[in-house]
Amino acid sequence: MFPFNFEWIWDMGHVVFMGGLWYALTILGIGMTYCIIKAAIDACRGNDEHHH
Amino acid sequence: MDSALIPRGVKRCPLWQFILFICVVGAVLLWGVYAMLLCWIKGLNQTNMNDYYGFAIWIWADLTVIAVGGGAFFSGLLRYIFGKDELKSIINYAVLIGFICYSSALLVLAYDIGQPLRGWFIFWHANVHSMLTEVAFCLSCYFGVLTIEFIPLILENRQIDRVPFFHHLSHNMHEIMGVFAATGVFLSFFHQGSLGGVAGVLFGRPFAYREGLFIWPWTFFLFTWSAAACGPCFTLLITKITEAVTRKKLVKDDAVELLAKISGWMILTYIIAKTIDTWWWLTVTAPSMGQTLMDFYSNNPLYGIWFLILEIVICGFVPAAILITKKGRKNSVALWIAVILAVVGVCINRWAMVLQVMAVPVMSFDYWAMYFPSWQEIATTILPVAYGIILVGLAHRYLPVFPDESELNPIETLPAEEEEAVEPSVDLEQELKPAEA
Repeated sequence: MFPFNFEWIWDMGHVVFMGGLWYALTILGIGMTYCIIKAAIDACRGNDEHHH
Repeated sequence: MDSALIPRGVKRCPLWQFILFICVVGAVLLWGVYAMLLCWIKGLNQTNMNDYYGFAIWIWADLTVIAVGGGAFFSGLLRYIFGKDELKSIINYAVLIGFICYSSALLVLAYDIGQPLRGWFIFWHANVHSMLTEVAFCLSCYFGVLTIEFIPLILENRQIDRVPFFHHLSHNMHEIMGVFAATGVFLSFFHQGSLGGVAGVLFGRPFAYREGLFIWPWTFFLFTWSAAACGPCFTLLITKITEAVTRKKLVKDDAVELLAKISGWMILTYIIAKTIDTWWWLTVTAPSMGQTLMDFYSNNPLYGIWFLILEIVICGFVPAAILITKKGRKNSVALWIAVILAVVGVCINRWAMVLQVMAVPVMSFDYWAMYFPSWQEIATTILPVAYGIILVGLAHRYLPVFPDESELNPIETLPAEEEEAVEPSVDLEQELKPAEA
């Protein structure tokens, strides 16, 4: 649910619940995007220094 | 035949034996899928649910797999946030078990809600006054976290790792795993707690209702605590079972001992808190609602006072006493007993909080409502177990789940033909080499 949906109400419940959901999804999304972009750059550069 | 996919330096059973194993477990899985399709196509009349049991055994299965899957978030917390490097030996397996548990929980929910195609309603038309909404949000997000934690392990498969992009992706994900693990801990704390909170706020049911802190009943905290305490025991139990089946040592002793020790202290503190909560509930909360101890534990064919004693004393204090002592942890039999009791304890706790709650009469004219699941419910509850066994089998065979396995089980010099099964020939490796390499 987003603030532009007709069911949305600007109250504490909606802000905390939906805000928490977006917050978690944003962290996961940014984290994965960073990993994928960096992996693509590293692969193009042929950088192969690390071991895990 | 599949030796090029098997991790280096480890030995696996012949492929035909593995396929036979998958077929046997797969038959059970298909039985569960058949029952699941019956529930979806014909409806929930395939179950023994009724006006008393609107959730039934599925919700118990759901809460239980989530509780025992708590080993993943707690091990992740210890490994990535508190820097317990000893757990490196077992963290991959904890993540795999957590992934299986949470995907199973979502699968169970998919048939529990009756119409899985409307599953997204909970996100789009969210009821922000419901603890179950929070559970749905956190559960889905945490499953995302576990998937992210599981992906690097898949990418470390010998052949996938040869592709530079996947190799770098796996490395990069490892580098920021702490961020994902911290997010997972945050999400787990809330959904584990809210599952307990759902029972605790039922003011119309004196068996479940508890006072609490602000909006959170004590069951909120007890559920999170018990998952963090008993989840690692489930990880240890599955590890022990895997070691017994493969007849190999897979995890270093210091990792097992550290996890067992932390789990032991967590169980001890949890069970003390649970005892205080139970005592307060039986002497203050329930009497204030006109109920006494024996109202909850008599006049029915199953739930006697033994159920409470089994949960708190035998499956609570006993495993805690074993795990907090070095002697107990060092003794293999005692360790087995402790982890089994701890897992049984959390299963009983969830059973009491979701099924016994519905059985206890709440009106003066009411009666104990007993329930036995239909075969469709049983089959669909066993389905995730079969799925879990297959996934563990595949992961153990093809992925480096146990990083110390080759060190703990050095391969002796083998005859030429056996050696081929352990270490692939150069030709085979080249055959599977990715095109870009």
